[in-house]
Amino acid sequence: MSETTEAAVAAPVSPGRAKFLRFLVRDAGVLLALVLITLFFSATAPYFATSGNALKIFVQIAINTVLAAGMTFVILTGGIDLSVGSVLALCTVVGATVMINESLSPAVAITLALLACMATGAACGFLNGWISTRWKIPSFIVTLGMLNMAAGAARVVSDNSTITGLPQSFVDFGNLIIGGFLPSIFLVAVLVIAAGWFVLRFTVFGRMIFAVGTNDEAVRLSGHNPDFYTVAAFTISGLTAGIAAMVYLLRLNIGSPIAGVGYELNAIAAVIIGGTSLSGGKGSIIGTLVGACILQVLSTGLQLLGVGDNFKPIVIGLVIVLAVILDAYRERLLRKIR
Amino acid sequence: MDAILSLEGVGKIFPGAVALSDVSLSIARGETHIILGENGAGKSTLIKLLAGIYQPDSGRIAFNGEPYQPKTPHDAQQSGIRIVHQELNLLPYLSIAENLMLESLPRRAFGIVDRKALNSRAVALLKEVGLDIDPRTRVEALGVAQMQLVEIAKALSYDSKLLVLDEPTATLTPPEIERLFSIIKRLKAKGVTIIYISHRLHEVFEIGDRVTVLRNGRVVATRDLHGLSVPDIVRMMIGRDIADEFGFDASIVPGKVALSVANLKRDASTPNISFAVRHGEILGVAGLVGSGRTEAMRALFGADPKLDGVVEIDGKPVAITAPKDAVRHGLSLLTEDRKGQGLLLDMAVDKNITITDLSKVSRNGLLNRRTEAAAANDLVGQLRVKASSIEQAVRNLSGGNQQKVVLAKWLFRGTSTLILDEPTRGVDIGARREIYQLLWMLAAQRKGIIMVSSDLPELMGMCHRIIVFSRNRIVGEVARSDFDQERILSLAYQEYVRP
Repeated sequence: MSETTEAAVAAPVSPGRAKFLRFLVRDAGVLLALVLITLFFSATAPYFATSGNALKIFVQIAINTVLAAGMTFVILTGGIDLSVGSVLALCTVVGATVMINESLSPAVAITLALLACMATGAACGFLNGWISTRWKIPSFIVTLGMLNMAAGAARVVSDNSTITGLPQSFVDFGNLIIGGFLPSIFLVAVLVIAAGWFVLRFTVFGRMIFAVGTNDEAVRLSGHNPDFYTVAAFTISGLTAGIAAMVYLLRLNIGSPIAGVGYELNAIAAVIIGGTSLSGGKGSIIGTLVGACILQVLSTGLQLLGVGDNFKPIVIGLVIVLAVILDAYRERLLRKIR
Repeated sequence: MDAILSLEGVGKIFPGAVALSDVSLSIARGETHIILGENGAGKSTLIKLLAGIYQPDSGRIAFNGEPYQPKTPHDAQQSGIRIVHQELNLLPYLSIAENLMLESLPRRAFGIVDRKALNSRAVALLKEVGLDIDPRTRVEALGVAQMQLVEIAKALSYDSKLLVLDEPTATLTPPEIERLFSIIKRLKAKGVTIIYISHRLHEVFEIGDRVTVLRNGRVVATRDLHGLSVPDIVRMMIGRDIADEFGFDASIVPGKVALSVANLKRDASTPNISFAVRHGEILGVAGLVGSGRTEAMRALFGADPKLDGVVEIDGKPVAITAPKDAVRHGLSLLTEDRKGQGLLLDMAVDKNITITDLSKVSRNGLLNRRTEAAAANDLVGQLRVKASSIEQAVRNLSGGNQQKVVLAKWLFRGTSTLILDEPTRGVDIGARREIYQLLWMLAAQRKGIIMVSSDLPELMGMCHRIIVFSRNRIVGEVARSDFDQERILSLAYQEYVRP
């Protein structure tokens, strides 16, 4: 009689209403939080509600947004990727090294640099996924190892120095503000988010990412190879780290072996604040974008309010914890609705 | 009679199922009382009530003449009732001594553990159960039988008045069982009252004074073991009429062999097994829980590794090393653990159904949600799945409807042979009948069906043939014309009976 029976069946809610409630609880909550925080700082912080400041925020969230987009895939499968910060560093020095090669024309050099960044990042991500599935090691540990290895590799490649002298056309593109309101690097971030959204929502592959994160054993017994999707998610996370490295080069114009320290934690924070469940299977990449915005708006707003650099991390840390607490409540609410 | 423990009209209800109903029982001080029953008869629930894991919904329990209402396992221990669960609860990386006295480690000043006292007390306790082993040994280094004895020693360390042993011999070898029995007898001589739960009928005669048989959550009878025979007890355990809820369809005649398994060997320690199922046949697989039924099906399906064996589908050998191979060759497995292995609990009904073959609802890797919804709605209607919509998460469906979703996902894929492991466990009567009807429909479509079940009347009602597992071995095959509960049950027990 160890067979415990089903939990009580939830009270019936009409499908239409359930859909609306689900939207409200799962998606609109974070967005509402972003709007409220923005309104709060607009009212209280000097210079916050200026177009200059808005542009600054867009520029500043670009890197984290790109990293967090890939991180969303990994967390949806139930894993974590701690290596993206130092993989980004490795990719910046690889990309910069390729780009300053004087025997190539700028266009060729930039294209090759982009490919090199993406390939390096994807390779690191693939290794993360392959090692953790092949030997059934928690991704926390494997990517912690990769964090160190990639950081070391970045020093080796750059000979532990900063690489400068990127082509002028590249630097100019990084400073470009399209139509006076859309920074080029923010556009890159939005494109990455859009691609991720499309894949997760409309493709078989995206469906499998959610399914693997929900119950990989059920997926396996349904005739699939869940490890394939796990490895793919890590590869995507590495790929986005490579793209984020290009964004870094566009923004700061240097390849640096000490770039990206702590970036992985910001990316994870954005994903979690955006409502993706750390246990996998639930979440959205649009939420991740909103999460990244919340983090940066908080950071900028607090600064403009005159909250010192020492206190800022305390507030942001509290917000992250609060988001996870809310997430637990949200889960319970969603279960009642569905 | 001086009763140490008495239950009066005890009932326990889970949503959708009655686990125990009007159970009255009294345990005499100093006796060894056996509790028997089939899987699902309510033995575990009864123990969990005594252990303080569940609380009864009705009735009274008295222990030593006082009302007994434990809210937690700790309360139960405080009252002097100790339970050795089937799943051992030792901490592998601590020493035997630490495990024995975890709840009250002997201490010196400043809370420092008094190792000397700890180990010397442990030695004394281990002696009680006849274990001659250094108490500083880590538990992980012990064998299962030794762990079992450590658990019993632990139970004794608290001056228990009542010791409950839940299937203690399930994993023991005959000499180990012998030793356990001599310890039980010694404890009994010292006046400890023992409740002993088992499903090994023969062994209970050796140690028991009285027996209580449970069936479907009710007490069938409490008797003196003296004068009873194994067949007497079997009759009490299963004595249920087979009402024809199964709808055996005599017009379906099994045809050619659909799937055959030859010399399947899971690992070096298990014997070879061979069996086959025909098109249009429902093949029953009987046996006790843990007899290797589920494991054999999983190995066949590629869900667990296998050492050796040939699987043929329609006469052609196929290589199956992972579930994806099995699925590709038209096999389907409905696992016994529906929630853990069958369903994506937090995902919607439609997504659960189409997961077996997304290529049917996509083009170039892009999902077509409309096709998907249509396909899911179709199957939901056909199987009469009761859900508010196909977008409802399967977590919120009842057990029967969840099971229908699992069936739907295999029907969506299209299958030639289905392996169903406990398909009606935790499923209410109504949905159960619908599942039976569905199986007959599939049999009529000439699919091969393998049905593993602990519910013997169900197997006898549904199957053309039954093969019986006993300790990893197929010990017999019974044709429908020879179906007989006692015969099948005694086959199932065959390898567990000590000569």
